[in-house]
Amino acid sequence: MLELSILLPAILNGLTTGAIYALIALGLTLIYGVLHIINFAHGSLLMLALYGVFFLHNLFGIDPYLALPVAAIALFGIGYGLQRFVIGHASHGKDENILLVTLGLSVVIENLALYLWRSDTRTIETPYSFEVLDFGVAFIPVPKVVAFVGALLVAGLLWLLMTRTDLGRAIRALARERQGAKLVGINVEHIFAMSFGIGCACLGIAACLLLPSFYVSPQVGHAFVLVAFTVVVLGGMGSFVGALLGGLIIGVTESLGGLFLGESLGQLGIFLIFIIVLLFRPTGLLGQRT
Amino acid sequence: MLEVRDLQAGYGEVAVLRGVDLDVAKGEIVALLGANGAGKSTLNNTLSGLCRPMAGQIRFLGEDIAGAGSDRIVSAGLIQVPEGRRVFPNLSVKENLELGSYRRGRASRNANLERIYGVFPRLKERIDQFAGTLSGGEQQMLAIGRGLMAEPELLILDEPSLGLSPLLVEEMFSLIQKLNRDGLSILLVEQNVVQSLAIAHRAFVLEHGVIALSGAAADLLNDPGLKASYLGI
Repeated sequence: MLELSILLPAILNGLTTGAIYALIALGLTLIYGVLHIINFAHGSLLMLALYGVFFLHNLFGIDPYLALPVAAIALFGIGYGLQRFVIGHASHGKDENILLVTLGLSVVIENLALYLWRSDTRTIETPYSFEVLDFGVAFIPVPKVVAFVGALLVAGLLWLLMTRTDLGRAIRALARERQGAKLVGINVEHIFAMSFGIGCACLGIAACLLLPSFYVSPQVGHAFVLVAFTVVVLGGMGSFVGALLGGLIIGVTESLGGLFLGESLGQLGIFLIFIIVLLFRPTGLLGQRT
Repeated sequence: MLEVRDLQAGYGEVAVLRGVDLDVAKGEIVALLGANGAGKSTLNNTLSGLCRPMAGQIRFLGEDIAGAGSDRIVSAGLIQVPEGRRVFPNLSVKENLELGSYRRGRASRNANLERIYGVFPRLKERIDQFAGTLSGGEQQMLAIGRGLMAEPELLILDEPSLGLSPLLVEEMFSLIQKLNRDGLSILLVEQNVVQSLAIAHRAFVLEHGVIALSGAAADLLNDPGLKASYLGI
């Protein structure tokens, strides 16, 4: 049996990665829950955000953490515009069209990135990139601790937004009862675009939290979005708490999988869980059975 | 306050309303009667901006609202309590009411909440319960309460008695009358002819997309043509 001194650091590390997965999945599950769109462009938009944060740092010397408000607002704007002026118009009210539109968007964005920035993997260096914090049982890199705390904070804020504001109530109302929403004067197109925008803002924040300990390349979105889909299914489509819980579970699973099976097979455990959930609890841990 | 002239509306190429004229004055209860498929819901949805008119005019408080979005129509104070309630099942009773004042009446939200709890004590008991878990009658109260939260100038009630037990139906009609006595103008869309005419000032009978009959409620109640028109004989 493995020593706790190896197990505990792996779990802590998994939790930090899991929090980022959760943040990305929160955006995905918000968009799915309200618009019933499976946003295939989610990964590409994360990639765009990472490049944005990368260039802010390398060209203007702006620290990724300071870039957080800028990235969040920019991605919100992109998401709002995409939904209101591209996806909404191209869908003609058919879900399969939306699927194709977001898939098409992701192909366009990715190839544009390949064309502009080539497929090189890029990283940034910050003064704290190699700092670690001593947790007694393990040393965890500072950027990962920041990412963990930041992601949980954002999840908390998102929860407050959804439960304590009229915007949040309108978003939840629209998710289930469109005609009722119209009859209280909710502007459906606007709230759809707000939901998409907020989901994308999560990506902007995730990019700022990720970059100090990660890299960016045109394909970087794939790794995250596949895991994020797993998290969403594991937690239950459209469930916020589920996405948070699912993200953390998946993060720890990946980390432990890496420990037992070797780094390159770490993700095996994730998809094993994915298949098991689909077999035995297809609505996810906290999904609604309808 | 509401004037509808030669309104035509429908779905796709098919016109359901083929030239409807109707009006509601301030302080009135006006009943809109008609059998299933006569076009009552289409008329409602066109008034509320859920359905675009093909031709004709809708004026509300002097403003032309034909073809306007539902958000603008709610802002103007024309509020519909829809058939089938359409409450938000995944939101609590309180949140449903709060969203009633999403676009209108937000400033006096808390005062209006108290007022509605006064009218419907049952809702206050279930304040934190999901609306989806309420009984049909309670959902109807909630839908009306949500409509009242917007401080309506004119309230459209679409089949408020549908699916309620006879006792509750009785209660519902006396409630509507009470709301009207407190100064609310109401367009009551119903299949329940006798009870509707008993509380309405005037009534319109819609048949195959046109107004077949209209007049004072008391006169219509004794009109031999009403039965024929209503039953489509």
